[in-house]
Amino acid sequence: MESTGTTANSGEKIWDGNNEPMGVDYGKLMMWFFIVSDALTFSGFLAAYGFSRFKFIERWPIADEVFTHFPFLHGVDAPMYYVALMTFILIFSSVTMVLAVDAGHQMKKNKVVLYMFLTIIGGLIFVGSQAWEWKNFIKGEYGAIETKGGGLLQFVDKDGKRVALADFAADLKGDREQLTRSKGMWFMAEAPLATYTVAEIQEGFKAHPELLIRTEFVTKEKKKTILSRADSEARLGEARYVVEGANLVRNEYGNKLFANFFFFITGFHGFHVFSGVIINIIIFFNVLVGTYEKRKSYEMVEKVGLYWHFVDLVWVFVFTVFYLA
Amino acid sequence: MSHVHVSNTGRIWKVFGILSAVTVVEVILGIVKPDFLFMRDLLGMNLLNWIFYALTVYKAYYIVWAFMHIEGESNWLRSSVVYPLIFLIIYLLFILLTEGHYIYEVFKNSSITWNF
Repeated sequence: MESTGTTANSGEKIWDGNNEPMGVDYGKLMMWFFIVSDALTFSGFLAAYGFSRFKFIERWPIADEVFTHFPFLHGVDAPMYYVALMTFILIFSSVTMVLAVDAGHQMKKNKVVLYMFLTIIGGLIFVGSQAWEWKNFIKGEYGAIETKGGGLLQFVDKDGKRVALADFAADLKGDREQLTRSKGMWFMAEAPLATYTVAEIQEGFKAHPELLIRTEFVTKEKKKTILSRADSEARLGEARYVVEGANLVRNEYGNKLFANFFFFITGFHGFHVFSGVIINIIIFFNVLVGTYEKRKSYEMVEKVGLYWHFVDLVWVFVFTVFYLA
Repeated sequence: MSHVHVSNTGRIWKVFGILSAVTVVEVILGIVKPDFLFMRDLLGMNLLNWIFYALTVYKAYYIVWAFMHIEGESNWLRSSVVYPLIFLIIYLLFILLTEGHYIYEVFKNSSITWNF
């Protein structure tokens, strides 16, 4: 393709939209520039994640300990397999999208319909998978303790394998009742109580001498530090909160910012996928009723295709940053 | 203005193969975590992560060039999309990661850790 710059392509008429800068029409050019700005937005988020991670480099959670679930495989440690599958699904929906664009160039309506449909299905599967990932992330698996200094303590057995709170917590009678608005005196309520109290965890820990505490700090072997039994007992004295799963305040995986960035960046990306699916559905129906057949151009399919590929492009980076690196 | 369009499904499937293969390699590396890569650091990041990022950029190249078909656009469009992104992203990463590392050093080594 020859470079055209902003000069007229033909010497005839350069006004009234006859001149197309950079050799593409207005809509496609604006889609490209939207993508540039959106790419910078995502870069900002991911760079901010990198900033926080470098700031707390010794204390950052290890990703393949966090994302270990696979559908229908309960209790099986399957790091990354599911996200890898999600990545594959999204890349494949990008392929069907580009095939739809390709069919559009050849004015083959039925093929465009088929490939657009497959793209939409792929997008929906991806969004659904992301919701499932979020569910597991929010629910958590083992639980942890937050100390008064804001540090996070996890529990392991002698072999260094993680132990869930439910496996050792003592049952002290007289649990406090959850304060809800219906029981409050004056519009009062409180955050949901954890399943166990700090005292129950401390009692349970005393009763199980084989348990040790794992801190957030990463050793030279690039593993989390495991304290001796004496140190473990001392650290547990500083416990303030029982943490189960993840929310925007604290999470059982480690540094608070980790969960915040996870929710924000994958959420923002998921929102893009969701919008992409909606836009694809609109264009899909336009193709069905023959709008572009009459227009004699399937360029709209190409424009939404650009957006869809961009969503895939962002996911490739999110995948690396959150799950691999 | 319309370009002459030849079907390039062959290239599409080839690129799909490349992207899938690279993803599989990434996942295998991520699960195996070979020590000679994982335990060695270069500029504050281990070699394994450098490989992950290199492979990611490699995948990004194929998505933008083949799927978004920027290889078929004019030089001007390609340059005005790609160069600002490359420049600004590297610049931003350099600044933020340097700053993040600096704060880490302050927290770790400085005698006053709350005022910097």
